[in-house]
Amino acid sequence: MTVLSENTENTKAQASAGQPRQPRQPRPVRRPKKPLGTRAYKVFRVAALIAVVLFLVAPLFWMLLASLKTNVDIYDTAKSFIFSPTFENYANVLQRNNYFVFIFNSFWVAFVSTALSLVLGVPAAYAMSRFTMHRSALVVLMARVIPGVSLLVPWYYVFSNLKMVGGFEVLILSHMFVALPLIVYIMMSYFDSLPLELEESAQVDGLTPIGAFQRITLPLSVAGMATAGILSFIFSWNNFMFALVLSGSKTKTLPVAIFDFVSYASIDWGGLMAAATVVTIPIMIIALFTQKYIVSGMTAGATKG
Amino acid sequence: MTPPRSAARNAGRAPGAREKFSDWANRHRKWLFAAPAMAFVGVLIIFPLAWTLYLSLTDSQGSVRAATEFIGLENYLTVLSDVERFWPAVGRTLTFTGIALVCEVALGMGIALLLWRPFRGEKWVRVAILLPLVATPVAVGMMWRLIFDPNIGFANQLLAAVGIPAQPWLSGQDTALGTTIFMDVWQWTPMVVLILLAGLTSLSEEPDEAARMDGANAFQRFFFITLPLMMPTVIVAILLRGIDALKTFDILYATKGKGGGSFHEVETLNVYAYGLSFDYNQYGLSSAVLILFFMIIIGSMWLLTMRKKAVSK
Repeated sequence: MTVLSENTENTKAQASAGQPRQPRQPRPVRRPKKPLGTRAYKVFRVAALIAVVLFLVAPLFWMLLASLKTNVDIYDTAKSFIFSPTFENYANVLQRNNYFVFIFNSFWVAFVSTALSLVLGVPAAYAMSRFTMHRSALVVLMARVIPGVSLLVPWYYVFSNLKMVGGFEVLILSHMFVALPLIVYIMMSYFDSLPLELEESAQVDGLTPIGAFQRITLPLSVAGMATAGILSFIFSWNNFMFALVLSGSKTKTLPVAIFDFVSYASIDWGGLMAAATVVTIPIMIIALFTQKYIVSGMTAGATKG
Repeated sequence: MTPPRSAARNAGRAPGAREKFSDWANRHRKWLFAAPAMAFVGVLIIFPLAWTLYLSLTDSQGSVRAATEFIGLENYLTVLSDVERFWPAVGRTLTFTGIALVCEVALGMGIALLLWRPFRGEKWVRVAILLPLVATPVAVGMMWRLIFDPNIGFANQLLAAVGIPAQPWLSGQDTALGTTIFMDVWQWTPMVVLILLAGLTSLSEEPDEAARMDGANAFQRFFFITLPLMMPTVIVAILLRGIDALKTFDILYATKGKGGGSFHEVETLNVYAYGLSFDYNQYGLSSAVLILFFMIIIGSMWLLTMRKKAVSK
């Protein structure tokens, strides 16, 4: 440690700070230490980063462009980038195909299932983290591992007998099933990193354990809950398989609506791209404003080893 | 917000029975907190799994409500001897997951290393990384369908620009699976990047600095210092991504439809099982497929967790 720090930048700092003992030392030490080919690497890095960004963004940009073209222009390769944009596709999709209803459905299902999952999941994650209930946690996390299809057949049977298929309740329940394990997973690693002392001192000051959880831990974990909630909302919004089976014509969510679009209008590329853009735009806007939460959620528990 | 709120609120004031309840609640808060979530998940998992297990032993088809007969392990025998659909589907599932994981981890590591040290415009790169990650998979599938369209797609326009003949991409029997792997790589490499980047930034600088002092070059430092230290994180990334890759459904179903295309060219186990259940109503058979599929997933997860434990030690 000490050897290291003396040999890095500190050497120069010490030397310039007026230590006459080793006035010429810094130079010969620093030369080889400077990574070779720095400039070449810098150029490479910029080029590579541009390539990465292009690779990730270009397809989405292409989708956006196509959604602004007429179908005639889409088939004309000469008009790949230069064309006169039109909002006709959006007007068609939104008005004629009831997309406002689907947008509302997606939003409502994602919102309610996220809220309910937070209510159930946050205390559970807290207990599992504080009492290290790893086996119980495994039960909840199993839900992430099981292929959804294996649950869908029995669900479909039970819920159709209860005449619930096609209603919001069953969609919300099935989406909670995706959201809850996610929330427990994220919140567990969040509570793991929250110091226990704060609660303990609150209890010394006379709060009950539950009171301490409610007044100290919960307010401190707002950031964690935001992370878990946003990710759960995104996953619910994007979920396709459960809604494909369990939604009815009135509760259809956006991904299912887009999928249906293909079956009766497989050549209407402009409309299809407009529909695809309509489903991605809201979630991307949310993502842009909540970047840091998404990143911390995606990487929750990943680095503890 | 939470069920025990009323108990906690009463703790301060109400005497007698109510106070006793709050004492009870506090003593049992461990299960009071954990039980609702566990019950929810348990009921929605354990009961269906048991049912799937039961269905896999019956000849249920047509309608789940129809009278079914217990036929023992016949479905399993049928499935395991099915070289037309089942085994190719297993092969595709493993190919899809394997190739996608290798590409995603290799690319992800490369990108994470590029992003490791601060640079100008970092913010924009981060935005770009987030976009595929949150994009709706079905919409992404549709987007790639247009780009990979053999006649009007941008992919073939690009190839034409560099003089390569047009490819059938998704519509080709041999190219379809590869194309869907490409889509998966596009969408999910960012997640691997985020996980690996978090791992990189939590690494201590000292081993790297020490190696640098000893004159190790960048490649040596990466392969002998950074990569071994990153192994636990890499395995977490493989684990998280692998589970989802095995279960990939949205993009495959959205781009190729029922049965994974007319030649089943992208039919993975998940698509196969979904098709058996909801397109062909073969509940008994599909349940057997699902049980086997589930065993494959658990098995591979178990292997990876073992590996991770070995690495962490």
